[in-house]
This record gives sequence, C-alpha cells and structure tokens, in this order.
Amino acid sequence: MELNRRKLLAVGMAALGATGLGALPAFASLTDDEIAKFTGGAEAAAGDLKIGAPEIAENGNTVPIDVTAPGAVAVALFADGNPVPNVATFKFGPLNPSRAASTRIRLAKTQNVVAVAQMEDGTFQMASAEVKVTIGGCGG
Amino acid sequence: MASGVKPRVKVPKTASAGDTITIKSLISHKMESGQRKDKEGNLIPRSIINRFVVDFNGQNVIDVALEPAISTNPYFQFDATVHEAGEFTFTWYDDDGDVYETSKSIAMA
Repeated sequence: MELNRRKLLAVGMAALGATGLGALPAFASLTDDEIAKFTGGAEAAAGDLKIGAPEIAENGNTVPIDVTAPGAVAVALFADGNPVPNVATFKFGPLNPSRAASTRIRLAKTQNVVAVAQMEDGTFQMASAEVKVTIGGCGG
Repeated sequence: MASGVKPRVKVPKTASAGDTITIKSLISHKMESGQRKDKEGNLIPRSIINRFVVDFNGQNVIDVALEPAISTNPYFQFDATVHEAGEFTFTWYDDDGDVYETSKSIAMA
C-alpha cells in the first residue's frame, strides 16, 4: 500500500477518534441500532461520562471495564465487535452517589467499547474506548 | 438450578451517617453465552444471570441488566450512600427462573 500524505492524515484522524478525543469513530450498524433503541433516536453528545478500559486485554474472556457518569440515571454498555453488541445496562438508584460501576466483560476481538448514558434531564451522553484483545472471549 | 452458584458480597460492617461506601459483589456462575459449541458442533444453549438488583432498606441502589457479554462469575463494584443503619439486599435473577439472594447489614459507627 502506498502511503501518501492524505492517507496518513486520514489514519491519524481515525486514531484520534478512537482515543475518544472529539469525534467518535464509525461503528458497526448493529451497534448503532442498539444505541438508537436505548436513546430513542436522540443525539448523544460527549460529556462528563467516562469509560475506563485497558488499552490491551490479553484475555478477552474477562476485561475489566468501569464507567463513571455523574448525573446519569442509566448507562448502557455496548461492544461493537461482539456477536451481540449489548453488554449491560446499569440503572442507578437514589442511594448511588457516584453513578459509577465496574464489572468484567467478554470481548470477541479488538474493538470499541461504547458507553451511552441517559442523564437526569433526559439528554444522552456517549463515550468510547478501544480495547485491543489478544485472545478473544466468545468461544468457538 | 444451575449448580455451584454461590453469591459473595463485601460490605463494610460499620459506617458514619452520610458516608459513601464501596460495595463489591461476585456470584459464581458459568454465564453460558449461547455462542459456544460443544465437541459435536452443537450450540450450547444460553444460560446466564440476566438481572442484578441491590436495595438498601427498600431503596434502590443499582439495577443491572446483564447480557451474555458479561464474564463468567459476574463481578460488580459500585458505591452507595448510607444515612442510617440497615440491610443491603442483593438479588440475582437466573435465566432458568432461579433467584439467588443474600443480604448484609451495616451498623452506624
């Protein structure tokens, strides 16, 4: 493949997007559908929502993930490279002050983990993190 | 009943009123995803815990809907604010209809 300046720039932009700075990368349509189901089609902007994931996961069977969503009532997690993109939906009750939770998830391959939060005012926020998976975790 | 299901939770024994405490929970469960195949190539049917709820004195702390992408032995860590002494109840709902429950009480320091 020949790498000219334009292609290099495109690759750079994609990498920027993947690290969660500004624009989100393009997702598989299945994940988009599931996110739309959760948000009811509303736009999800970037905000205080944070997702913590390892950059490289050696074992895709158990990848530690944490989400922090100040002011959220619910957070849904999606993995865009899994056979089923839905991972979990957290609903926070009145006694949960930090609106944060952590768990362990399965990832089939290197992919983006996307968190979508429903805020108290009804708006939605979105954040994503790329996880490189060495050994996938969906059996086969 | 799925065999060998054992819930484990870690809650501080005491706290001051208004404190935020961290709760860790784990339940041993194979969380069969429904994606794997056995030696003959037949799909192993899905068998997971699909819901996890934590309440404190009847008030909800967290309510999680689990999908097959949650790892074996589902683990959750989260925070809760305690204003009074009372009891945390933890409930897991299995695909096969089983409900696993455990509770932990907390006292005011």
